[in-house]
Amino acid sequence: MATKTANQARPSAQLRRAFATPMGLVALICLALVLFLAAFGPFIWGEASQTRDLTNLSGGPSAEHWAGTDAGGRDMLARVLVASRLSIMMALESTAISLVVGLILGSAPIILGRRVGRVVNWFIGIAVAFPGLLLALFFAVVFGSGAHQAAVAIGLAGGPSFARLCQTLIAGVLGRDYVAAAKVGGVGRFRLFGRHVLPNIGEPLVVNATIGAGNALLAFASLSFLGLGVQMPQFDWGRLLKECLEQQFRFHPLASLTPGYFVVVAGLAFSLTGESIARAMSFTSLGDLGLRGKARRRAAQLAAVADAARAPDTASATVPDAVLTVRDLTVTFPAGPGEVRPVRGVSFDIGPGEAVGLVGESGSGKSLTALAVAGLIESPGRVAATELGFLGEDLSRDGAGAHRRLLGTSLAMVFQDPMSSLNPTQKVGHQLAELAHEHGDLSWRQAQARAVDRLAAVRLPEAKRRAKQYPHEYSGGMRQRAMIGLGVMLTPKLIIADEPTTALDVTVQEQVLDLLQAIRREDGVALLFISHDVSVVGDICDRVMVMYAGRIVETLPVTRLHGGAAHPYTRALVAAVPTMATDLDQPLPTIPGRPVEPAEVPPGCAFAARCPLADARCREQEPALEPWLDGQVACWRPVGADTPATAATLGGPRLGAVPTARRAVKETVETTRVAARGAVDQAKAAARDAAGQVRDALRSAADQTRRAVLGEEEGPTEPGHEEAQP
Amino acid sequence: MTAQPAAPVLAGGGPAGAWRNRLRRLAQAVRRSPLGRCALVVWHNRWVRFALRRAGRLVVSLWVVVTAAFSMIHLIPGDPVRASMGITASPAAVEARREALGLNRPIWDQYTGFIKGLFTGELGDSIYLRTTVWDTLTARAPATMSLAGAAFVVALLIAVPVGLTMAVITRRGRAPKAELGFVGITVVLGAIPDFIYCSVFAAVLGARLGWLPVANTGNSASYVIPVLALAMPPAAVLTRIIRVEVLGVMNTDYIRTARAKRLPAWRVYLLHALPNAVTATLTLGGMLLAGLMIGTVLVENVYNWPGLGQTLVTAITGNDYSLAQGIILFFGVGVLVINTVVDVALALLDPRSTVSEG
Repeated sequence: MATKTANQARPSAQLRRAFATPMGLVALICLALVLFLAAFGPFIWGEASQTRDLTNLSGGPSAEHWAGTDAGGRDMLARVLVASRLSIMMALESTAISLVVGLILGSAPIILGRRVGRVVNWFIGIAVAFPGLLLALFFAVVFGSGAHQAAVAIGLAGGPSFARLCQTLIAGVLGRDYVAAAKVGGVGRFRLFGRHVLPNIGEPLVVNATIGAGNALLAFASLSFLGLGVQMPQFDWGRLLKECLEQQFRFHPLASLTPGYFVVVAGLAFSLTGESIARAMSFTSLGDLGLRGKARRRAAQLAAVADAARAPDTASATVPDAVLTVRDLTVTFPAGPGEVRPVRGVSFDIGPGEAVGLVGESGSGKSLTALAVAGLIESPGRVAATELGFLGEDLSRDGAGAHRRLLGTSLAMVFQDPMSSLNPTQKVGHQLAELAHEHGDLSWRQAQARAVDRLAAVRLPEAKRRAKQYPHEYSGGMRQRAMIGLGVMLTPKLIIADEPTTALDVTVQEQVLDLLQAIRREDGVALLFISHDVSVVGDICDRVMVMYAGRIVETLPVTRLHGGAAHPYTRALVAAVPTMATDLDQPLPTIPGRPVEPAEVPPGCAFAARCPLADARCREQEPALEPWLDGQVACWRPVGADTPATAATLGGPRLGAVPTARRAVKETVETTRVAARGAVDQAKAAARDAAGQVRDALRSAADQTRRAVLGEEEGPTEPGHEEAQP
Repeated sequence: MTAQPAAPVLAGGGPAGAWRNRLRRLAQAVRRSPLGRCALVVWHNRWVRFALRRAGRLVVSLWVVVTAAFSMIHLIPGDPVRASMGITASPAAVEARREALGLNRPIWDQYTGFIKGLFTGELGDSIYLRTTVWDTLTARAPATMSLAGAAFVVALLIAVPVGLTMAVITRRGRAPKAELGFVGITVVLGAIPDFIYCSVFAAVLGARLGWLPVANTGNSASYVIPVLALAMPPAAVLTRIIRVEVLGVMNTDYIRTARAKRLPAWRVYLLHALPNAVTATLTLGGMLLAGLMIGTVLVENVYNWPGLGQTLVTAITGNDYSLAQGIILFFGVGVLVINTVVDVALALLDPRSTVSEG
């Protein structure tokens, strides 16, 4: 729709853009030449094409006859130039017939009613399955050979595909509001078609007719070439090519193809001109190119400013036995002439068996941090770090290939969307086995057995049968289990789970979280758990890192998360999660303002604009990550250093361990389950109802929160498209 | 309201109700019997349902093609028999020909006879070749089909590696100049018709360089030019499609999973990305193969290939209606068979396509 209005506003600018590409320009020039030949060719070269040079029969190319002469001594080039008119007239005739047939068939559903329309659609569906040339030959049998017969045959053969096009276009128009209004208003079928539908499909139809004319030109040349089209003494390009191949080919093979060159150039001129216009029309909604360039330049400037102001995190001394050591990690993407840096110097360690949460709003750079650590950022994105140590190897050195085996065996990834993270064309068991076969040196048979064993380990029922199924036969929860099963195929030392439960049901979420906990405890695997949901992180992690605008702003033990956080942002995140004690009649607390875009990070503390405590220093200088109690914080005015009054300004964080909504519901569901287990069916059903109500209430509350936390433009599930944003 | 009369109302209601109950009981009995249970299992198997649905569509399409081929002669304006024999032919001769073609019989009779003929191989006689249409079809079809088949294989052998390589080279906006050049070249190459390729190849490789025969000589070297000519346009189109499809697949989450498994790059591209790009490729490939088969008509005429295409053109120009009808019918059925094979192949490669669509 936006395209449409833009179309009407400045069609000339659109056309100019269509021919700004080299291909579009060349096509347009060729088309102009071809049309000029068709209009004036017979006047200019008519006489020359009739003059017989009897001393030079079937001659080769010479200064006098550039393309040689035919068996009658007539100049070949002149004949080809004269033939342009007939070739192009016939092509246009066929196209006109196709267009009319297509419009009649395509509009049948609105004009003749739904029932007739259905039959017509069915017929079109069958007809378009056949190649156009076969249909043309069918009609050639019916109508016999001859110029106009062939034009009709090609026109009718092209009808079904034009009908398809009309159907699609008409369907698009009928969906618009004003057409629906006209229909409701009782406008007649013909009037509806003539006044509302036709004018709106006219433009794309004409553009497509240009493409169709190119195809018709080639098809007509084919039929003439076969002797089914233009008959002697008339001649078009196809007919001339036939004659040349019969008479001239054996003496001057390349010159005899001259009519063929013209067919190709003319056909391409029509098709490519149409394609260029069509493409330019559909790209209009992208907006004015000049403006976009300006926006990009500005973004790059801001990124450069932010970069200059960036102070490296003061990192604690490297933990000697850490599974993962990250120092000053940055991720950069090119954006137009400049670049953006969604991750700006992140440093942390994860000890063996430790579960660390990484929380923040979407766009804070947490997923990119995870992908960068795992070496999965693809060019044009760039990852840099002063140190990126995993199990004693520095991943920032050497190429990605050098650490392939270590990463393959010891680092497991669980991604956000289980529906799309498994390959739809491979059996689940095979996808697991592939990993063990590649890095675990197992035979395929052993790897398959291991896959079944691991699927059973992630509590997938009937693992042996399930292993032989495809992902689409799994539910969402089962797929996420399979992903976790993939993670524990070998001997992982670290699992990076990027929002593993966001796409799942609340009850399934619980099961997946329990499973991750169990694996962590049994095998002593470290876990980097990424989530925008503070309450989930509080449930599963030992330590929490809070990210904002590409930097870590606070790290703290999970025990201090509720009430004990120092950074105003952390406190705001916690306060935004509803608990059982939350008064549902009051609006849920939200964080005012919007998250910072990676392209426009302000000079001082990135959170200053949204922070109730911010002062002049916060807006000018960026605070470094400094030790604070048993964690770290990057804030000029950490809560706890000031008066207790600050706590009140921050939306009343509840001191002490208030159970989160999730935990409370978990308990409720659990007690309901216990109570129901021994009870009669009726009681069971009631309990299920109750659990369902609780679940629904929680789900809506959670959705509300998520929306509140994420800002309005985000849907209920946070898409993991941060990678694609630049 | 009490719950008491519920059962009698259902059972009662006169003879109709009794019949309904009896039917229901029968249906239950059938469902419980071993044979019935088997039938239910079979019916609920998606492969069976897919096969039934696809077979049904094939039968309907076949009927449309057969009917179209039959009506072809009757659609010809004027008197086709007179037209085919010229103005000078005597009325008696025209009548004799009309009778030989069976055109004097009632139309329904002709239609049933035509369909019966399809099963017995009696499609009429060719006037000029002085053989039956069936014999001509069986004698000349192999030449055409080997040409189309070889061209299809060559097109795939060009398109898959080139398309995949170009996707890898130009992924995520890398090498924009290579991309622009590639798109331009494939658009132009894909738009040139096969008979032009055939003429050019014959002129350059045959006449100018003398490496290959300029027209069919019957040996295996004669295959090179027509097969290449036929394969060029579809190869260009397929290459472009494969590149776009693979590019799309490489941005998916499951390719990220494959990369997270630290598989070697060739494994990611060939075993994870390519099979997922095949669906669109194959759908389009089916249409291109059908187009290839019809494209032989032109190439055979350029290269003097003794196949059905050449025969069809002689039949049309010579008003040899039965022969033209038989060959058009052959091509039509061929297209349907190709479409069916492609659908089945799609279902085997991507099991999701058996469940989708109603």
